[in-house]
Amino acid sequence: MMKKAFMAATAVLLTASCGGGGAGDGSVTLTYSLWDDAQQGAYQQCADAFQKANPGIRIKIDQHAWDEYWQNLTTRMVSGDAPDVITMQASYYPQFVKNGQLLDIQPMVQAEKVDLSQYWPGLAELWVKDGKRYGLPKDWDTIAIVYNVDLVKKAGVDLSDLTWNPRDGGSFEKALARLTVDTEGRRGDEPGFDKDNVAVRGIVPELNDGSQGQNGWGDLAVSNGFTFIDKNPFGTRYFYDDPRLAETVTWFKSLSDKGYATPYDKNSSLGPDAVLNSGKAALGITGSWMIKTYLDSTEQKFAFAPLPKGPQGRKSAFNGLADVIYSGTEHKDAAWKWVKFLGSAECQNIVADSAVVFPAITSATERALAAHEAAGRDVRLFVDQAKDPEGTFLLPVSDHGDEINQIVGTAMEEVWLGQKDATSALTAANRQVNALFAGE
Amino acid sequence: MTAMTLAKSATRARARRRGHGDGRTALGFLAPVFLGFAVFYLYPAVRGAWYSLTDWNLLSEPRFVGLDNYATLVGDPLFWNSLKVTAYYVVLTVGMQILGGLLLAALLHRLTRSLVLRSLLLVPWLVPSVTTALLWMWLLDANLGFFNHLLTAAGLDNQGFLTSPDLALPSVATINAWSGTGYTALLLYAGMLLVPPQIYEAAAIDGTGEVRTFLSVTLPLIRPILAFALVVSLISSFQLFDTVAVTTKGGPVNATRVIYFYIYEQAFTHFKMGYASALALSLVLVLGALTFVQMRLLRASTSDLT
Repeated sequence: MMKKAFMAATAVLLTASCGGGGAGDGSVTLTYSLWDDAQQGAYQQCADAFQKANPGIRIKIDQHAWDEYWQNLTTRMVSGDAPDVITMQASYYPQFVKNGQLLDIQPMVQAEKVDLSQYWPGLAELWVKDGKRYGLPKDWDTIAIVYNVDLVKKAGVDLSDLTWNPRDGGSFEKALARLTVDTEGRRGDEPGFDKDNVAVRGIVPELNDGSQGQNGWGDLAVSNGFTFIDKNPFGTRYFYDDPRLAETVTWFKSLSDKGYATPYDKNSSLGPDAVLNSGKAALGITGSWMIKTYLDSTEQKFAFAPLPKGPQGRKSAFNGLADVIYSGTEHKDAAWKWVKFLGSAECQNIVADSAVVFPAITSATERALAAHEAAGRDVRLFVDQAKDPEGTFLLPVSDHGDEINQIVGTAMEEVWLGQKDATSALTAANRQVNALFAGE
Repeated sequence: MTAMTLAKSATRARARRRGHGDGRTALGFLAPVFLGFAVFYLYPAVRGAWYSLTDWNLLSEPRFVGLDNYATLVGDPLFWNSLKVTAYYVVLTVGMQILGGLLLAALLHRLTRSLVLRSLLLVPWLVPSVTTALLWMWLLDANLGFFNHLLTAAGLDNQGFLTSPDLALPSVATINAWSGTGYTALLLYAGMLLVPPQIYEAAAIDGTGEVRTFLSVTLPLIRPILAFALVVSLISSFQLFDTVAVTTKGGPVNATRVIYFYIYEQAFTHFKMGYASALALSLVLVLGALTFVQMRLLRASTSDLT
């Protein structure tokens, strides 16, 4: 009797601990993790459509904010309990690949002849390492200027086709000077302008921007002829000591010396969007994922303008996310079905209609654009920038991404604070970065 | 002589026998605590010590690397920097907490014994530290913060309290002193209540002033409590993590990269769990040594009252 009860209890416990899938009727539950709560609704709609087509599979969406997303993911991998399908960012995935945590989907992609040409050029290849493929692209983003419509109108500047160079800053710097207003109402390009008592700054630059400067210095440096890495993805030599980067960085630093931007040590830690919303700065540089945040602002009226043209033309960072499969998943086939669906036009059209991000499939992008325009948001320039064959560059993807982020980020801070000049700080950082690859 | 020795050893033997019997019972009562200690402290600590000898990165199997992590640690400028930053922080915040605490406690003790005031003192300490940090981050923001609004309204320059390399650490220290002073004050106040009132009466008859009474009567007599408050606030301020994680993330340029935050970054941002364990173990040694020295210096286990 006792023994039987014990056996029954054990059986119950065992069934429970098998968990996840076994509901008895052969159905499986997949966990899908993402960080952007703004996109959760669209993906829930995808999941609903997917569940209807595949009655045996249920999708459980697991949303964690960006700040805790990666730690959460890693610790769950350690305990063998990671989500089956994971939203992944290109600069983060190499370390998971290195530790064998992601599933190679190349055999399935080949067997089922997934059309990789339906995606924006370059996006699918970011997820290939040594002949193995780890993800299917889901969306992309480009960079533009965001500006305060009233302040720009008052200053009477035209932002539609700016130029820039690291020596005198081109018409971009002239615009920034004009947009800056001191406490006496004098503009930055007027006589008597007091750079120590500024009421409205021309620009709120995002300087604390890791090793890539996606929201500013990276884009302008590339338009100045700078290249991050010898091969992308998975190069092994970085070029942070390039003088063309140092020039760009020095120019950004000069903005605060001239009063057009807040000195770095007196910068708000609440982020550029908080400063722009307060009306204390006229423009910033931001990515297409921020479209809704800015255009739905109730405090200020914002609009977008293309990045300035540098000596090598107008260059925007082009970055994308993908859906990947955890190698420890117990439901490989179901997970692949879901990833394939996420990468299909059917799901990406749903995402397009929700108009939060631009889907990776080229045809779905037009749909997202239409949805934005129907909502009165003029964001075509992000798409035009992506379409321009010379208009974008892919952010560097390599091993040691997190360490490089810290090394270069710290070196940049030293420059912004005036502790070191750009050339010596970046040369030292580059040596440290490349030493990471030599040490293997 | 021999008789005395014999008597003594007999007592000792009896004591030992009885002690043995009590020991079993005591062990029974202590077992739950020992179990908790073993599972939640001892086992993780031993594992941590083992990991500090490996290159474990959370995801792959740990590989034994001997003392490599410790060798890296000795040559790691960021480790030494984090110790320096932590020491600076500890001096600032413990100094502010103890001085502020003493002042408040003396006021409470000599002026008012209002229960409401005493409870109010604890309020900042009761607020979750992440909330405190967020609140102060907004108040101290360089562009949009209330404090800078006051400064500029008074015709002064605005300050990057949390964004300038010179001000960031003192600001973090002040935030935590703000939240911890009330608790320290309450501890010290409790200590002051233990001082017999006759001594104060005697001091008053001798005609000593408030300051002299405080320095010559109160302070020496609350020494064990003071030592306790010092050790507790010292250890807790060595463990500074949340305020930094919320407000400065270790920046600007390592100015607030305290040891706990550095360990956390190594473990969960760079996934160098082996190295992080080595860092943590070194911190245990530092803390142990500091506590020992402090207890010795302050003779905390004896009181001048007895």
